[in-house]
Amino acid sequence: MSTRLSRGGRLIDRSRPLRFTFDGHHYQGFAGDTLASALLANGQVLVGRSFKYHRPRGLVASGHEEPNGLVNLGTGARMEPNQRATVTPLRDGMTALSQNRFPSLDFDVGAVNDAFGRFLPAGFYYKTFMWPRAFWKHVYEPVIRRSAGLGRVPEGRDPDSYEHFFAHVDVLVAGGGVAGLSAALEAGRSGQRVLVLEQNPWWGGRAVIDEPEIDGVPAAQWVERTMRELGAMPNVRLHLNTQVSGIHDHGYVLACEQLGEEGGGPRQRLWRIRAGRIVAANGAIERPLAFAGNDLPGVMLASAMRDYLVNWGVSVGDRVVVVTNNDDAYRTALALHRAGLIVPVIVDARTRPEGELVRMARDLGLRVEAGRGIAKVMGRRRVTGVKLCALAGEGAPIEEIACDAVAMSGGWTPSVHLWSHVGGGLSWDDARAMFRPDPNRPPRGQDGQAMVLPAGAAEGELRTAAVIASGARAGAAASGSEAPSPVAARDAEEGPILPVWVMPQGATPALRRKMWLDYQNDVKVSDVELAAREGFQSVEHAKRYTTLGMATDQGKLSNLNGLAVLSSALHVPIPQVGTTTFRPPYTPITMGTLAGVAKEALFQPVRTTPIHDWHQRHGATWEPVGLWRRPFAYLRPGENVHAAVAREVLAVRNGVGLLDASTLGKIVVKGPDAGRFLDMMYTGVMSTLAVGKCRYGIMCSENGFLIDDGVVIRLSEDAWLCHTTTGGADRIHAHMEDWLQTEWHDWRVFTANLTEQWAQVAVAGPRAREVLAKLGGMDLSREALPFMTFREGRLGPFDARVHRISFSGELSFEVAVPADQGLALWEALVEAGAEWGVTPYGTEAMHVLRAEKGYIMIGEETDGTVIPQDLGLGWAISRKKPDYLGKRAQERTHMASGQRWRLVGLESLDRSVLPEGAYVLGQGTNANGQRNTQGRVTSTYHSPTFDRGIAMAIVERGPERMGETVQVSNRAGEPVAARIVDPVLYDKAGEKLNG
Amino acid sequence: MLTLTCPHCGVQADETELSPGGEAHLKRHGPGSSEEEFEGYLFQRQNPKGPHYERWRHSYGCGRWFLAARDTATNRVFGTYPASLAAPSDGLRSLISTAGAGRGFEPGAPSPAPEAAQ
Amino acid sequence: MAEVVTRMGPLGMVSLRGDLGEERLRVTVSALTGTAMPGRLRIEGTSGRGAAWMSPDELLIFLPPEEAPAAVRRLSEELEGLHHLVADVSAMRVGLRLDGPGAREVLAKLSPADLHPDAFGPGVVRRSRLGQVAAAFWLEGDGARVICFRSMGDYALALLRQSAKDGAVGYFGA
Repeated sequence: MSTRLSRGGRLIDRSRPLRFTFDGHHYQGFAGDTLASALLANGQVLVGRSFKYHRPRGLVASGHEEPNGLVNLGTGARMEPNQRATVTPLRDGMTALSQNRFPSLDFDVGAVNDAFGRFLPAGFYYKTFMWPRAFWKHVYEPVIRRSAGLGRVPEGRDPDSYEHFFAHVDVLVAGGGVAGLSAALEAGRSGQRVLVLEQNPWWGGRAVIDEPEIDGVPAAQWVERTMRELGAMPNVRLHLNTQVSGIHDHGYVLACEQLGEEGGGPRQRLWRIRAGRIVAANGAIERPLAFAGNDLPGVMLASAMRDYLVNWGVSVGDRVVVVTNNDDAYRTALALHRAGLIVPVIVDARTRPEGELVRMARDLGLRVEAGRGIAKVMGRRRVTGVKLCALAGEGAPIEEIACDAVAMSGGWTPSVHLWSHVGGGLSWDDARAMFRPDPNRPPRGQDGQAMVLPAGAAEGELRTAAVIASGARAGAAASGSEAPSPVAARDAEEGPILPVWVMPQGATPALRRKMWLDYQNDVKVSDVELAAREGFQSVEHAKRYTTLGMATDQGKLSNLNGLAVLSSALHVPIPQVGTTTFRPPYTPITMGTLAGVAKEALFQPVRTTPIHDWHQRHGATWEPVGLWRRPFAYLRPGENVHAAVAREVLAVRNGVGLLDASTLGKIVVKGPDAGRFLDMMYTGVMSTLAVGKCRYGIMCSENGFLIDDGVVIRLSEDAWLCHTTTGGADRIHAHMEDWLQTEWHDWRVFTANLTEQWAQVAVAGPRAREVLAKLGGMDLSREALPFMTFREGRLGPFDARVHRISFSGELSFEVAVPADQGLALWEALVEAGAEWGVTPYGTEAMHVLRAEKGYIMIGEETDGTVIPQDLGLGWAISRKKPDYLGKRAQERTHMASGQRWRLVGLESLDRSVLPEGAYVLGQGTNANGQRNTQGRVTSTYHSPTFDRGIAMAIVERGPERMGETVQVSNRAGEPVAARIVDPVLYDKAGEKLNG
Repeated sequence: MLTLTCPHCGVQADETELSPGGEAHLKRHGPGSSEEEFEGYLFQRQNPKGPHYERWRHSYGCGRWFLAARDTATNRVFGTYPASLAAPSDGLRSLISTAGAGRGFEPGAPSPAPEAAQ
Repeated sequence: MAEVVTRMGPLGMVSLRGDLGEERLRVTVSALTGTAMPGRLRIEGTSGRGAAWMSPDELLIFLPPEEAPAAVRRLSEELEGLHHLVADVSAMRVGLRLDGPGAREVLAKLSPADLHPDAFGPGVVRRSRLGQVAAAFWLEGDGARVICFRSMGDYALALLRQSAKDGAVGYFGA
């Protein structure tokens, strides 16, 4: 029975009791407890069920590596699955639920899988659910889905907030144990910027639990002194509860900080760090031993048992058998003994253990059984005893010893994750039975030098003096300081470890089927051996076949044991088998932390024009165009979108409409070489444009494809203003700067993207001139301001630039004023136009109007494969110019082919609106049995002007086939017959826009 | 995620402040060029595993284009320089040939034909 | 942290591109701003009257808004014959102000720029990202000033306010 002892527990405050529930039962713990220590204090050793066999599972570790103690934490929107109880600080009122059990933790019907465990080996799913093929979708998959997954998802939006923080440091120290603190001291004394991050809520790591002597004082005292010294350094920053999660290229490091209680500020903070050098002092993890029944609740890592005792004053059992292959586990035996608990036997796999700790145990009268192993752990839901056997044999029991807990230690594995995230190499140390960072193959930084420096246990050093020296060395190297003088430290002399991967060595198949490697994913020694027999030789393949190390703990306890078993099954040495790839994050990070503030209203920036709020107040429905929001249509009460668009179109055709065109790009190009430059940018000639005039221009990439279009105006002798599409402003400005800076850097041209300086309003329709005239000022007569000209001057109270350009086919003026005057201009136009029923219109009406007129739209008629010649824009391409961007590409054979799909209009014979994205069907099928096509619809609308469906399309040799009837289909329905017609349906002579 | 020092403003810029622009030191072939020349200019790229000359724009900063010599396998950055330079400096080239151990390529040299590039 | 984030009143801003080493340009700019020419990554004066270095050939000149049109005319006249581009950009960007000692941390929650006092002291102007948008910022008064494009002003304001509300990190010690 686990329980709280009457004394001890350096992290808990017994004067501050906290209440919590687990599976509906009420319990009490203390401030400073983790959920795990509090559960153990209440006798709750059973905390979950395994994933595949639903075996009862207890806590096996005390930290971030815990595979079993996963709980659903919180309720409602704050419910979070798969939280590790071992690192969850206990809070008052906490609600936790066990996972993967039904109907309850004690009685779980899924446990029937365990009885059939023999028939569910590695690869069972791959082998079983292949046939019959039709069963997959309706039988196998639904059943598997119901049983898959751990935990439950939150029931609503996450109410908590999260934030990011960017830090730039010279030296980042990952880990605040004595190695990390030694490194921080050296780096801190150099005066450089140092940041020290520790995942646990205390400094000093394991040293403050095992209490070696450092610099003549107990470790806890040394840590306290060191923290005082570091705290006094203004260049050193220290953060607890912050786990370095991953190391990326060029010293980019992500770390996750756990913050305070719910509701008070952000819940977690993601540190986004740029570090010159990183000291990886992130410790080591104890390995389990593989013996039959090693997954029963009550079997725990020896170090974890010591942690519960020292940190939280909790005993896991009254009679604890210790089983080990190294000296460190004796510390647990000694600590338990000192706490008054019974250690009936220490089972040591080594034949002649004789370190200092072994002697101490023997001197205290503890029984040590050398050369022995555990044949089997007895018990169903809880350890009741162990059967001992000879390590060398097949597992014939020698003796049964009653106990209620087992402390196991298979040695320590350095946490090389951080070292290896960006490619640090590992070497196998046979004497210590561990993979260690290979100093000759470090992760390298931007400068080509070693970027990560391993320190302490993460480097493979387990003795205190070596740990401290290693930390100090790394700290000095990271900050470019002198090698430090060694600090004295003293802990027990230890004898060598004996690598033991399977206990006993000759265990029978029956025993191997009960030896767990991966607790969370239920992978056993027998599964890895089966994978080897079936030909999975690569460790990466064996991992995926067996799912070893693929659970939420990513195999922190199981990976090395698993690959050692694989190496033995394949008869190749461990270093030759190698490790799987270490990838960030070290432990899972919640999505909210990765998103930070970027959620809800701040998920993505929304760009708004100066007239946005007016649109909002007048019924606008919105169309996202890039990050912009543009009014799609303005709905009147009781009106649907279709009716609103029709009303808006007819208002422009018969009266006057207003369009907010502020989003159009406006780039000024100025300088002695500006004309020459624009002649390269555009397919047409811009250098000859007269001051005061406008010209339509199209731009191509060097591939020859159409990338943007717009009206160019000449402001003065050496300055032009280029209008781009809404989505094109930034892109085209960058395109211009690219060519100016990199290809023609000696041309004297400056550009300025003034898109947001100006608000722009299109006033379109037969009444447009009358509306503007009412504002007064500028002469807007046909003679003073003919089509394709512009003027600058006063328009009523505004400093305006008025362009006679049209995208609707109607008489149209586009009026630009400084953006801060945009709303005033709009409101003045609404007021001035009232007597003609002036109508604001949105982007959909704009689309219909331009389609009726046969004007192309970038992104509708173009898709990155269309050249201007395809769209009948040959008139906007200069034949005289020797060069422009895209000219050479347009001379390629395929571009000049007469077979290309070219722009036409399509009229459905039944007057319906053709389906969007539909293809024009060709004859026969292609090599894949798909219907051949000969064109596709690029734009299709209901035209209120003609009261029928209209469409634009690109069709093979289209312009040569006027009047021909083709079949149009989008596969959803029957093909529709349509006639090829001229794309210009409205005012072909252009009398209206010239008016 | 990379950091590169913008040679124009001196800022050590984060990759999120930069826009990539592909291989550097390409020679433009316009009208009048042969099919082979134009194909090489438009489509053929070195794509080395090793030192690479590449274009970047400090788009969230000073807006200037610059070039970087970077090892695509190790992410070591040998140097950055203004995009208006026709070639990297001799110092930079000797640094690269020492460190790159023949894995790189000559900037501006024609790219290998696809058959040879494997 | 008690930082207050507010939208500034209208700023007069003039963009000037040209050869910043040109004596005539330097004299004219200094006459307008009453300050020295800013060096690389520097701002001279304030958002009320001053000049910020934007790129090797670009300055952003701050003036009272009513003076901007005249400044554009004066620059155009004085720089006649010199290759340059001058434009009134007062309406193109919005100014935001962060008042309080934690301004540096509020910015560091949102920008990948190095905002440590060693790198970002008084007189430094940094163009970078703020969340997902481009912005420039510098220290002014007892806090910082931010400019970004007008269309993204609401986003930037809300972003800064959320970050200020989320409280201090305590990293810069302020």
